Amino acid sequence: MEVIRVIPCLDVDNGRVVKGVNFVDIRDAGDPVELAARYDREGADELIFLDITASSDDRETTVAMAEAVAEKVFIPFTIGGGIRSVEDARRMLRAGADKVSVNSAAVKRPELVAEIAEEFGSQCCVVAIDVRAIDEHQADDEGSKAADQDGSPVIKSGFEVYVRGGRDATGIDAVEFAKKVVALGAGEILLTSMNRDGTRVGFDLPLTRAISDAVNVPVIASGGVGSVDDLAPGVLEGGASAVLAASIFHFGESTIADAKDALQKAGLTVRPA
Amino acid sequence: MRLSDLTEPGDGLTIAVLDYGIGNLRSAQKALQRLGATALLTADPASIEAADGVVLPGVGAFGACMDAMDATGLTEQSQLVAASGRPFLGICVGMQLMFDGSDETPGRSGLGLFSGTVRRLTGEVRIPQMQWNKLEVTAPEHPLMSELDGSWMYFVHSYGAEETDDTIAVTEYGGRVVAAVARDNVWATQFHPEKSADDGKRLLANWLEFVAASRLVAQA
Repeated sequence: MEVIRVIPCLDVDNGRVVKGVNFVDIRDAGDPVELAARYDREGADELIFLDITASSDDRETTVAMAEAVAEKVFIPFTIGGGIRSVEDARRMLRAGADKVSVNSAAVKRPELVAEIAEEFGSQCCVVAIDVRAIDEHQADDEGSKAADQDGSPVIKSGFEVYVRGGRDATGIDAVEFAKKVVALGAGEILLTSMNRDGTRVGFDLPLTRAISDAVNVPVIASGGVGSVDDLAPGVLEGGASAVLAASIFHFGESTIADAKDALQKAGLTVRPA
Repeated sequence: MRLSDLTEPGDGLTIAVLDYGIGNLRSAQKALQRLGATALLTADPASIEAADGVVLPGVGAFGACMDAMDATGLTEQSQLVAASGRPFLGICVGMQLMFDGSDETPGRSGLGLFSGTVRRLTGEVRIPQMQWNKLEVTAPEHPLMSELDGSWMYFVHSYGAEETDDTIAVTEYGGRVVAAVARDNVWATQFHPEKSADDGKRLLANWLEFVAASRLVAQA
């Protein structure tokens, strides 16, 4: 049976959780270890930490964080952000992470996915893909490389891969890219709609469906969750195997149990919180 | 405070977690330490010989793991541990390595502690299985599975063992999938107890109780 995972995502800058966390019963809401332990207790199925630290000099802080999380948290966790080489991946895995997530580096050099998968196995190689739906942004974004010089579309699916936090278009078709990284050894896709990220209007369901139909590995739906009612459609209509959210959990609006209740009421199977 | 509040199932036990250079071993080490055991990541024969119990973890491809086991001398060490009668616990690919071989790396021999070949998962499901799943205990009398029927464990795998008389628990993912096996002193799980929150902690506590009991027998 397919059991849908609920995954809180923590953005970490230089060892501190950012994007605001608002829990009354947490002493230090900026401490990723304390927040992670809380989500573990509440019944989260996995955790994802995205390291948004600008300077690579500060990566040691992230390694130390992974070590501290591994002391306290006994559910799987992924570290993403700044993984550019097999050595970067090895440090995070040795520190206690179960998976690493590669993003821009995999766009620049897709072979990195194969290198990590060969060294450590596909199961710990997540590829994070940031995507914009072309028809939703074309008009106001001249940076898109969705059409070539003749104006003919090069992105058949209508979904374009972006890098640098959704700022830079790549001209790469997201559906083709997902197939490619899975063929190279990606064990999971973390799919974020940059159109929806931060909007709180729900997942981009056509995007989620296009990617989950194109690959046979699990897809984590991300970007746009405004309430627990937005989660189930990501699975039922989008075909995702897991749902990721940040703000609804961090601000204490909803608990992991609320999220699982909503999924269960929609007829999906979850591990009880 | 009662005395029982001060004791953990792993108190006084030394566990060797076999280290052949693969990914995340820290979680297994921490999970055992949380239960009071002294857990060492090691490939040193003397440390393995001196341990009360031994854990064989594993992630990645079957063939790559066996190559790394050979290169670090741990293939031979694993055979010695199994023959010694001391408790030996395989986890995930560590369990798969204990079989005769795997379709993942045809022609590569495993440890042969369990008979059978590991096969690719089948059915209308996404591969790998990367999720929590519920255990159906098929050998309720087995001490590893004490109080764990219906428990939830975290699985990450694309291959699985064939069901045999050694199977003690299964789960459902595109069909019946072997979740745990046991024969004499060699026990193993396809899932990751060290990543399975409280249910996983319970399983490791069950195993450590067996380690403690085995040590008493060995000392007698």
